[in-house]
Amino acid sequence: MKTLKVVLFLSLVLAISLHAEKPMQYVETGVDPNTWALVPAGEFYFGQHQHVKNIDYDYEIMITDVTNFQYALYLNEALEKGTVYIERDTVWGHHPGDPFDAYLHEWEIPAGDYPHIPILNPGLRLEFKAGEFSPKSGYENHPMVEVSWFGAKAYADFYGYRLPTEMEWEKAARGASTNDYPWGNTVQRNQANFISSHNLFEKMFSDVVKTTPVGFFNGKSYDGYQTIEGITPYGLYDMAGNVYQWTGDDHPRVHYRYMRGGSYQSYEYSLRVWPRNSAGPEYTSMSLGFRCARAPETTEPAPTNSDISK
Amino acid sequence: MKKIKDLFHFFFQSTKGLILLGITSISVITAVWGMLSGPMVEWGVRDFVVNLLGMDLESVERSGRIIMLYHVIAMIVVSIEVYMITSIVPMRRHQRANINNTITVGWITTTIFGLAFGYFGHNYFYHGLFLVGQSLIFFAGILLTAALYPWRKHFLVENKEYAHTKNGYDLERMAFFVMALSMLISAGFGAVTGSFWSNGHETFLAEDLIRNPDKTALQKAVIGHLHIMLTLVAVAITLIVGRWMDFKGKLHKVAMPTMMFGTLVISGGVWSVVWTHMAHTFIYVGSVFVMFAALLLVIYSWGKLIKDRIAEQGIENPNFGQKFIALFHDPIKFGPFWQMVFMNFTVSGVGIFMAVKLEQIFRVWPAREERITLTGHWHILSAIIATIILMYYIDIAGIKGKVRKWLGWTIIIGSDIAFAAATIFSMKRLFVSEYHQTPIVNWTMLAMDFGLGIILVLVAGVLIWRLVDLFSPDGLWTREVNSPELDLERTAVLTQEGRDAIKKEMEI
Repeated sequence: MKTLKVVLFLSLVLAISLHAEKPMQYVETGVDPNTWALVPAGEFYFGQHQHVKNIDYDYEIMITDVTNFQYALYLNEALEKGTVYIERDTVWGHHPGDPFDAYLHEWEIPAGDYPHIPILNPGLRLEFKAGEFSPKSGYENHPMVEVSWFGAKAYADFYGYRLPTEMEWEKAARGASTNDYPWGNTVQRNQANFISSHNLFEKMFSDVVKTTPVGFFNGKSYDGYQTIEGITPYGLYDMAGNVYQWTGDDHPRVHYRYMRGGSYQSYEYSLRVWPRNSAGPEYTSMSLGFRCARAPETTEPAPTNSDISK
Repeated sequence: MKKIKDLFHFFFQSTKGLILLGITSISVITAVWGMLSGPMVEWGVRDFVVNLLGMDLESVERSGRIIMLYHVIAMIVVSIEVYMITSIVPMRRHQRANINNTITVGWITTTIFGLAFGYFGHNYFYHGLFLVGQSLIFFAGILLTAALYPWRKHFLVENKEYAHTKNGYDLERMAFFVMALSMLISAGFGAVTGSFWSNGHETFLAEDLIRNPDKTALQKAVIGHLHIMLTLVAVAITLIVGRWMDFKGKLHKVAMPTMMFGTLVISGGVWSVVWTHMAHTFIYVGSVFVMFAALLLVIYSWGKLIKDRIAEQGIENPNFGQKFIALFHDPIKFGPFWQMVFMNFTVSGVGIFMAVKLEQIFRVWPAREERITLTGHWHILSAIIATIILMYYIDIAGIKGKVRKWLGWTIIIGSDIAFAAATIFSMKRLFVSEYHQTPIVNWTMLAMDFGLGIILVLVAGVLIWRLVDLFSPDGLWTREVNSPELDLERTAVLTQEGRDAIKKEMEI
């Protein structure tokens, strides 16, 4: 029995080690994560059954997910200003709480400090050394993951942005069309990062690394791997696949936060513009990130990463 | 010409032929439609099948397609159970013929036009005929319920070893009746909602609504409908295999009223979901009674298997080891009851754990993970029912010797590997982080594919054998035509008075 246990343990260690990550290499996509797209006011089709909805204001939304580089810069600034702090290997910040209705199964989220990112989680693509955060080598332009809804909102708040509502997110993904995907009604394997796509990164960097740099599917060829441009009518990248994205709404009586867009773990049907995923606001995952929205008049510059390729 | 007539008679009028037709249809559908999802997509098989068959898979219609597919397979399973019931529960000859003929036309119509509408283009002629097929099945259900009516003197119990009321009415027949009646009402919950389709009701998959705090009455009715229908299909197969084992004695006398009461409470609980938050309480209470009745059947059956085998061997004072070996002698008869026990680890246990830890664990997970657990849970239950039907079929097809053992153990081991792997896969977040999950995901997926694949290969083997047999002038099918009913004890033996009274018009 003892021998069996040892064999099982060694098998598990071997299996995990066989799936260990290889060193990551930086891949330039040519897409600038500091770019915003304008989404004009007007009607659009919402949800699977294409109900006509109206957003009666213009807004801007980031054309890519927030990257590890951007988030690392933010964390260093936020730590300096004291809007977040580190305790028990976790970055924490304050949340004013959600209204509570004592509904059946309602999750109470009172005012308090909540976790933003788990620093020691191996899925996190940031390093924390000598009191500073920096992206792990090669992951600079990959989407920021392992960030809770609180952490995503804190980032947006810090720069005067916000997380897009579900309606804003879907309009930005679909435009005025009735398409199932941001660009049409089908998805090709080299058009988005999803479970069947077997993209360059999966082949190059083992099973564990499955995110792609933001804007990777832009029609460029990477070492012979030809991508198809996977953009929305407003020019947004990665609105289908790569990582799920937090949206901003607090849904009364449940307080789940909804995520949209599907991820590298999703089958293609989850990449359509309407399916929802949800979790509690403290949840973090290797396949979950976010992007921000803002009013058009906001001109405050986002953190620069012009030297990202260095 | 005579052979064609005989073949028609075999496939459409004999119980064994009808069951074979149903199993063949489900197998073909499972084999072809199974190539449209999961790893088959990644391997490019789906695209090949879609192009080959000219399927029309609009992405937006995926939910509707899945609903059509579920209904098609469920209708065939229900029909197979009805064929079994009409063969093992005494009823008038014309009742049996009417029920079987109606439901056969019903499921074939449903299957052809349901799949055509879902996968080969939206033609409302197809959808209309899909509904006609389902209506015929519903009508057959009404005929079955009427035929099962237990409060008739003809069906008074003579052999007091079988469960009966003080007045002698057959409680097992009553349990079948309650199940059939509950199923009719439960079907109505789906049908009423379906009638509102595109008129206030929109297509949805239940697993997509799990976290919506506000569900419409129609959505609740559909969610209740799908849960109770699967439950009643499970109750039906439990009663059927009970008869297969000639379930009787003290345990039978406790099990039948318990099963009936549980069926009524679960059904009432599920129907009440439209109006009350208390539904789950009723469902839990009813489930305890149904599962207890099933436990009594398992105890009886395993005892009988041991007793019969020991008697066959002529051992007068068997020791524990001999009894233990005797239990496993015939996997085809051991299997269904083992599957009922195994179900507790992969379905009931998981369900109870989820209910108890819903807020602490499962609602903390992303909806996608909760959804995997839920869909895995009821896919496993459906597959367990399918394996029981398969083992039952292998028995009535008269397969004996080593082939019987190989088939039996392959079904049990293959399916249990797949079910265990599916359970581990769906619960992986309890014991492995997302970062370290890849080996678990890969191995469990491989185990699921292996387990289910080996069963599909096995079923294909049996079906090919039956296909070849059809070309043999003295094949098994010719004997089955001459002996069309299942070779089983029927529900409670009737009184002499009853037998005499119905002798002229009833085949018992």
